Amino acid sequence: MKSAIPNVNVMPPAADPDSAYVRIANLTKRFGDFMAVDDVSLDIRRGEIFCLLGGSGSGKTTLLRMLAGFELPSAGTIRIDGADMSAIPPYERPVNMMFQSYALFPHMSVEKNVAFGLEQEGRGREQIRHQVGEILDIVKMGGFGARKPHQLSGGQRQRVALARALVKRPKLLLLDEPLAALDKKLREHTQFELLNIQQRLGVTFIVVTHDQEEAMTLGTRLGVMNHGRIAQIGTPADIYESPATRFVADFIGSVNMFEGRVSDEGSDCLRIDCTELGCTVRAERTVSCTRGAIVWTAIRPEKINISRQPPTAAGQPGPAENAVRGTVREIAYMGDMSIYLVQIDSGRVMRVTLPNVMRGAERPIARQESVWLSWHGSSPVVLTE
Amino acid sequence: MRLTTASGRRLVAGIPILWLLVLFLIPFIIVFRISFSEVRLAIPPYTPLLTWRHGSPVLQLHWSAYRFLFTDPLYVSSYLYSLKVAAVSTLCCLGLGYPMAYAIARSHAAVRPVLLMLIVLPFWTSFLLRVYAWIGLLKNNGVINNVLMYLGVIHHPLALLQTDFAVYIGIVYSYLPFMILPLYANLEKHDGTLLEAAADLGARPLRAFVRVTLPQSLAGIVAGSLLVFIPAVGEYVIPTLLGRTDQIMIGRVLSDEFFENRDWPVASAVAIVILLLLVVPIMLFQRLERRELEAAK
Repeated sequence: MKSAIPNVNVMPPAADPDSAYVRIANLTKRFGDFMAVDDVSLDIRRGEIFCLLGGSGSGKTTLLRMLAGFELPSAGTIRIDGADMSAIPPYERPVNMMFQSYALFPHMSVEKNVAFGLEQEGRGREQIRHQVGEILDIVKMGGFGARKPHQLSGGQRQRVALARALVKRPKLLLLDEPLAALDKKLREHTQFELLNIQQRLGVTFIVVTHDQEEAMTLGTRLGVMNHGRIAQIGTPADIYESPATRFVADFIGSVNMFEGRVSDEGSDCLRIDCTELGCTVRAERTVSCTRGAIVWTAIRPEKINISRQPPTAAGQPGPAENAVRGTVREIAYMGDMSIYLVQIDSGRVMRVTLPNVMRGAERPIARQESVWLSWHGSSPVVLTE
Repeated sequence: MRLTTASGRRLVAGIPILWLLVLFLIPFIIVFRISFSEVRLAIPPYTPLLTWRHGSPVLQLHWSAYRFLFTDPLYVSSYLYSLKVAAVSTLCCLGLGYPMAYAIARSHAAVRPVLLMLIVLPFWTSFLLRVYAWIGLLKNNGVINNVLMYLGVIHHPLALLQTDFAVYIGIVYSYLPFMILPLYANLEKHDGTLLEAAADLGARPLRAFVRVTLPQSLAGIVAGSLLVFIPAVGEYVIPTLLGRTDQIMIGRVLSDEFFENRDWPVASAVAIVILLLLVVPIMLFQRLERRELEAAK
């Protein structure tokens, strides 16, 4: 821990954003027969916020605990800033963790909690006091140094936990569901504050979360985990707009997914026959597949148009492309948008969301109304696995 | 419905209050009263506090029992010796009991009940019998000396019985469960992630123990220590059977005053002073417990 971490207020952001700061190679963790983490390789860049997103049992927390040193890998290596971490116990790693439960020491004041890490380094009392004061100011807990954890609200405890994990200026900060214990309003507010603090201090963050919204707002990049493996790595937009697998498409956001068969392949577009959908889907060619192959098309609810008239192209005779007819079964008014559940003629129900742009629309689409659903050729994502 | 709840509550609270009143407070007042009288050859063998003279009550308080207590070196030395024996035994119990309680609390959930059972198991045999058994182990031709002589480690039997050592062994052996159980109850509740947090912040295991586990187990340490210390101060059977003959503990003094000397006032005074000696640590404990309760909220 006594490495040459410069003791300055603001660390400059990464000089070379592409260099792997944390390199995880073929990392595997078995608990008996259970593969908690299964051959994961992952590079994390200096100064980024990397979010590990996955459901419970996906292995994200085990991966985080191996980074902290609480679990030893069954196979594979972790390198942080070039140094192999295999033989390094948690108390010597240049890594700090913010625990989901915050794990504040209940018998110590806020100040003592935050000072704990610095005391282990044998810093001078004056320096410790200075650094503790500084970090408490950054997390806006300046006036609470003398309080005990049980005298704080959930949000305040979260800040103290963050301050305690950041005060040593670790090379890497691990955050285990950092916002899970906060209520929705506070969570949104804290998300942006966390981003702010991260940018100010330039510490590399790895965040574990099951909440996709949290991952999308916080993460510069996301790694979606499933059954101990990384299903996809990418920016939030990559993951949302171009999911690599059905699992990712389904896990992030909501999606209408239909199985189909490739009926025609052009140089830049694919035609897919979807019997479940009752129409031909024309999509951009983003994956290689041959005619006759079984594929899945995924269309996000907000990329679907809903109208009373048939869309111009679909009005022509012949099988319709990218348009289906259906009946509105349910409407959920959410304020900023509405969710429509439309039963299409094939029997399946599609989910469509529309932003409520106007206040009090003149003739809103009502339940049991017959409507047309249509979408642009760039909207469907074709998935082969 | 509300009435029954209220009366039920009163009943539940009333039983222990009644118990304490009849079996503690009233006897205490009686003993307290006797300690201020003088011995006399009669039934009861002490002077009354209130006498009637010319139709009006006269209160006669005698301090002689207390004065006697602090002038005769027998009593003072017995008190000090009892406190010393109790303190040393408590420390030994703590030193032995803490690691045991810690190990049980950290052991696998399936074996924990078995280990706890083993701690309580000695209570299935009579206390007196177990102390007698120690005589058989410690005496000059007892098990320990015989084995050591047979192995050639020693050539003359060690004087183990009727020493301070024997008293410590007896008390530590008998009271160890009272140390382990409250410590276990405390340690078992500890949150393991706090130790992970300490390690994460750079504390080696020993330091993490000293800074995190130990301070949080303070209430358990105090509870266990009092459960050993308080009965050990007044312990009668163990020092009588295993202990020295030249230095007796205060429990023995108390019993001798009652049954040998039939000096009830002095015996009562001895009892009152023991109580006063023990009230201080009990009050300290209660203050600590109150603080813990506030912190737990």
